[in-house]
Amino acid sequence: MDAAVRLGRALMPLLRRVGTIAVALWGASVLVFVVLNVLPGSPAQVILGTQATPQAVRQLTIQLGLNKPLLRQYLDWVGGLLHGSLGVSYISHLSIGAQIAQALSVTGPLVLFALIIGLVIGLPLGFLGALRNGRVSGSLIGSLSQIGMAVPTVVAGLLLVIILTVKLHVFPTSGFPGWSDPLQALRALVLPAFSLGLVEGAILSRYVRASVLEQLRSDYLRTARSKGLRVGQALRRHGIRNAAIPLVTVVGLELASLIVGAIVVENVFALPGLGLLLLDSVNNRDLITVQDIAMLVASAVLVINLVVDLSYRLLDPRLKGLS
Amino acid sequence: MPLLRVRDLSVTSGSLTLVNGVNLEVNAGERVGLIGESGSGKSLTALAIAGLLGEGLRASGEVSLDGEDLVAATERRRCEVRGSRIAMVFQEPMSALNPTRRIGDQVGETLRIHQGLSRRSAEKAAVDLLRRVEFADPERYVRMYPHELSGGQRQRVMIASAISCDPEVILADEPTTALDVTVQRRVLDLLDRLVDESGCALLLIAHDLAVVSEVCDRVVTMYGGRVVESGSVAQIIDDPHHPYTKALLATSKALSVAETSLGTSLPSIPGTVPNAGQFPRGCPFRDRCDRRVEACVEVPPTLVRDTRTLACWNPVVDDEPVLEEAP
Ligand SMILES: Nc1ncnc2c1ncn2[C@@H]1O[C@H](COP(=O)(O)OP(=O)(O)OP(=O)(O)O)[C@@H](O)[C@H]1O
Ligand code: SF4
Ligand SMILES: [Mg+2]
Repeated sequence: MDAAVRLGRALMPLLRRVGTIAVALWGASVLVFVVLNVLPGSPAQVILGTQATPQAVRQLTIQLGLNKPLLRQYLDWVGGLLHGSLGVSYISHLSIGAQIAQALSVTGPLVLFALIIGLVIGLPLGFLGALRNGRVSGSLIGSLSQIGMAVPTVVAGLLLVIILTVKLHVFPTSGFPGWSDPLQALRALVLPAFSLGLVEGAILSRYVRASVLEQLRSDYLRTARSKGLRVGQALRRHGIRNAAIPLVTVVGLELASLIVGAIVVENVFALPGLGLLLLDSVNNRDLITVQDIAMLVASAVLVINLVVDLSYRLLDPRLKGLS
Repeated sequence: MPLLRVRDLSVTSGSLTLVNGVNLEVNAGERVGLIGESGSGKSLTALAIAGLLGEGLRASGEVSLDGEDLVAATERRRCEVRGSRIAMVFQEPMSALNPTRRIGDQVGETLRIHQGLSRRSAEKAAVDLLRRVEFADPERYVRMYPHELSGGQRQRVMIASAISCDPEVILADEPTTALDVTVQRRVLDLLDRLVDESGCALLLIAHDLAVVSEVCDRVVTMYGGRVVESGSVAQIIDDPHHPYTKALLATSKALSVAETSLGTSLPSIPGTVPNAGQFPRGCPFRDRCDRRVEACVEVPPTLVRDTRTLACWNPVVDDEPVLEEAP
């Protein structure tokens, strides 16, 4: 009984968060639907081309169910989503779910790869920048990350393409061979992942540096040193966990921006991921596919936020029992 | 030879001199009070002694523990001394404790560092230490986090951690200033008792002469980063020679009177403490002193007689004592 109450109390914040996410997703679905349906250009017209007769266009409109009232169309779409069915493409008549899954097999690894690159660059650079603060090497790291931040992802991507593929022929410029040969697939992802990860790593390094500096200046680190720990030991034992608290948010935001960035970068590198699928679908007025992708990205961002919030609770004992 | 001997200790930040040629001594088992208004350089002196100055600050001079100069020593050597032979208690017990580590971990940590205790035995030791600082239910408190404790409890945790390795000297920087008035007394009494029991020396920094006169054997007055007067508690409290000590004493006394008769405005030393680097040339107290003479534009030399030191051109003494220059 008592245990059940305690479990319930522990789960309450989680349940509340899940509820918030559901509401946010519903809002997103309305927004996405409305925005896409006020977009000019009827899908049937676009599919049939400018030469089509009005009768043919009208017939296709009925066939696609686009003559139904908007509310009905909305309910059909959301109802499908709730049953796990993402619908069928107007154009290819293929299952959208399968198409998105296919695209995710490129975008997912790309984002993960880019995140790892960002962390591998940002964490050590930030730490070093903080520990060498006030020295020449520290300023050098600072300017380096400033440059990294100033370069937009697309420019970084194009630069990498020019240097590493056109000039040095190290990596393929574009395209994706599929996962049947994992090594080739990874090779195709290296450049796009780097052009995404470099910038995120540079941004992350600034936050890491600031966070670690704050720890180095904190009273409790001084206390730790007064006990006989050297600066590095004190930072390891008392600083890292506290430094991580604000960084979790930053990494969450970066992950979200990586997902958005991936959509852009995929178009630069002609990777058949979510970004390319999205662009094609927009061009073809394949509205349901666009709606589904938008909802997918929205859910991903919300789930990332949830994970960020929960890890706060793990890292910071002061938040225990608070909602 | 004194246990702790500070000679000509200065702390600089760039071209600013924040602590200027401080001399002081603490004998084994002795309790020395360091007083002075805010901004006098008390905390920086204590931090410089422990070798814990923040970034951008540099210490010069000599800090000898049992004859070994810590300023000249390597950082590795200083780390061996910190916590085991010199312990510190800071002013703000909330920020001085790590918010994400359990009390037990933080109290037992010094023992783990210097005596290589295992996690398990350090926690056991932490329970005993918490009991020594008057926690009624220490087994429960070792598992808690700092935010679950009151200010007074947190400061007792800091004290427990400071005494854990039986240090030879404790540097306590205004240990009760940040606390609720109602618990200041208790924490001070506790510190007093523990220092008594262990026989360690104490350098107690305080604003308040009343606190120092109760706990300490000797008093050192600082102003403008310099030591202006020092002597036994009886000498300084009953017969201050330096105009600054005298003024400080007057405000302290007025304060304890005002506690009982509310409504009277508290007399304070005229003027305010200048910011670092903006003290007048010569005697730093010159522009607030009502006894200043022409000579005060020069820094007064520190004169030593018996157990007293004094740096003033026109001290508060009726029968001019025969003072001789410090060696
Ligand atoms: N890191 C620093 N950089 C520059 N100036 C500093 C630094 N730390 C302290 N100071 C200055 O040095 C002077 C002495 O500071 P200190 O903290 O030692 O005073 P204090 O006597 O302990 O005062 P309080 O009673 O307020 O604690 C002050 O004017 C302060 O502003
Ligand atoms: S030296 Fe002069 S100004 Fe300074 S305290 Fe003494 S009398 Fe006052
Ligand atoms: Mg201070």
